[in-house]
Amino acid sequence: MMSVLLQSKNISKHYGGIKAVQNVDMQVEKGEIYGIIGPNGAGKTSFFNVCTGNLQPNGGEIWFDGKKITGMRPAQIATLGMARTFQNIQLFNFMTVLENIKIGFHIHEKTNIFDAIVHNKRYKTDEKMNHEKGVALLEKLGLSEHAETLAGNLAYGVQRRVEIARALALDPKILLLDEPAAGMNPIETQNLSDFIKQLRNDGYTIIVIEHDMKFVMNLCDRILVLNFGQKICEGNPEHVKNDKLVNEAYFGKGTTF
Amino acid sequence: MIDKIKNFYTQHKTLVILGLIVMALILPLLIQKSSIMSIIVKMLFYVILASSLNIINGYSGQFNIGHAGFVLIGSYTLAILAQLNISVWILYPLAGVVTAILGLLIALPTLRLRGIYLALVTLGFSEILRLVALNWTSLTGGPMGIKGIPSPWLFGLQSTKPHIYYYIVLAFVIICLFTSYRVINSKVGRAWMSIREDDHAAMSLGVDIKKYKAINFMFGAFWAGVGGALMAPFYKFIDSTMFSLDEGFNILSMVIIGGQGTLIGPVVGSVVVNSITEIFRFADEARLLVYAILIISMMWIRPQGLAGTSKSVIANRGIGSKKTNIFTRIFDKKGVK
Repeated sequence: MMSVLLQSKNISKHYGGIKAVQNVDMQVEKGEIYGIIGPNGAGKTSFFNVCTGNLQPNGGEIWFDGKKITGMRPAQIATLGMARTFQNIQLFNFMTVLENIKIGFHIHEKTNIFDAIVHNKRYKTDEKMNHEKGVALLEKLGLSEHAETLAGNLAYGVQRRVEIARALALDPKILLLDEPAAGMNPIETQNLSDFIKQLRNDGYTIIVIEHDMKFVMNLCDRILVLNFGQKICEGNPEHVKNDKLVNEAYFGKGTTF
Repeated sequence: MIDKIKNFYTQHKTLVILGLIVMALILPLLIQKSSIMSIIVKMLFYVILASSLNIINGYSGQFNIGHAGFVLIGSYTLAILAQLNISVWILYPLAGVVTAILGLLIALPTLRLRGIYLALVTLGFSEILRLVALNWTSLTGGPMGIKGIPSPWLFGLQSTKPHIYYYIVLAFVIICLFTSYRVINSKVGRAWMSIREDDHAAMSLGVDIKKYKAINFMFGAFWAGVGGALMAPFYKFIDSTMFSLDEGFNILSMVIIGGQGTLIGPVVGSVVVNSITEIFRFADEARLLVYAILIISMMWIRPQGLAGTSKSVIANRGIGSKKTNIFTRIFDKKGVK
């Protein structure tokens, strides 16, 4: 029996009169790859941002690792072990890749401003830790050659990987990826898919929002389908593929053949 | 050419720094004229002030244009407390602490603001302080200012002469740059830069934005206060006209011309801007025109500042590039989260 890591209970999010997310329940279990799909404007990103604390829900609760996290600020939620990437890559463009990764270690460092000025033991252990771990992480993800490049000068696909690497630096319990395959060619997408599976094998729990059907169907253990802010289906890829409501949402009702 | 200098510097770091310090130490022995020495001391004041503004504007990307307000608090703290016969040596850091606390008070209500909205608040704050200093006659002397501010004793010498006061200011400049360098290359500095680059991403990585913005404001205000406190004994007299908005813009222009977000930028900026002020002194008011032309051409040709590296992403945003430079980046952001 697996344990539930992230749970949403009856989540609603309204923008004025528009109900972006309505009463969505979700349970993500430890060690799985969980997909969230839906047509444009289905409320995927709104729901995702409610989970990470970037948006406050109008109703419902989010529970993460046994704690209620609704109402907490994103930075607090991050310290509990939730890391995310963004739909439009948000790297620190004027900093090198290694520096980007080092900020990922922020919550594991204990240095304060006075430690930094006098270079005491706490500062030295922190700097040693984040340099060694940062270099090791880049090595592991095959990004070592870019360590000293400014993040803004990298190719798009590489930036995606750096963003994921930065999220991994938090040593998160759960990793939320917002459209990681957007703008990638089929080969890059395949590599990304393998990479995410590898992460799962390393023990991470992963939530993916994605448009690319083939990508999601091959990758995810379970999938949640949203349409007009409502959950219309949840289950394994086979189940979702054959669901009537899902097919209607994507292809329209029309006559049956 | 500037890149060549930078390359040379990275290759022979300690040598260059040692050389500069030795040069700085023997400088007063080479220059006989007090008037020239005063100008050099003035440059050093502005190195501290511009560096402290650079901490706020350059490293955490907040937009403070009322820096003169912090300088005013530092100066007046020293001038007022010196009348109580407290040693000036104690008052230098104390003025910094008082200013840092004030910086925190300003930072707390404005933590949610950024870009031009924060700029407006700091502008107003600076003017309010100046008007208070002008009108609170019993404490600040009002329009008469405060006269006869004592200078500290240094090895049995009264440091009224610029040749001696120079060493006091130089010591503070070195401490200021040294502490800034260390803080910037630590968790705290990285957190500041992450806020400058992308606050949403910073938040998602667990950076407590409000806390680090407040620390940033306090650190910048501390050095502005120390800088202000250093000025008071040198001029022996302060009044509110010394801390007008023009003064704030003057410091800002040094940061921009020197290069925001680089440690050495404010030093270069201070030397360049103060030299221009002195060279064009004959032109009187018209020299402000030179400033204007310099700032506009800097934003156009070298938006990263004189000391900024040409490898930086901003460097590609000069002439002919449709990409925006750092200034429009600041103002493009939505003002209120």
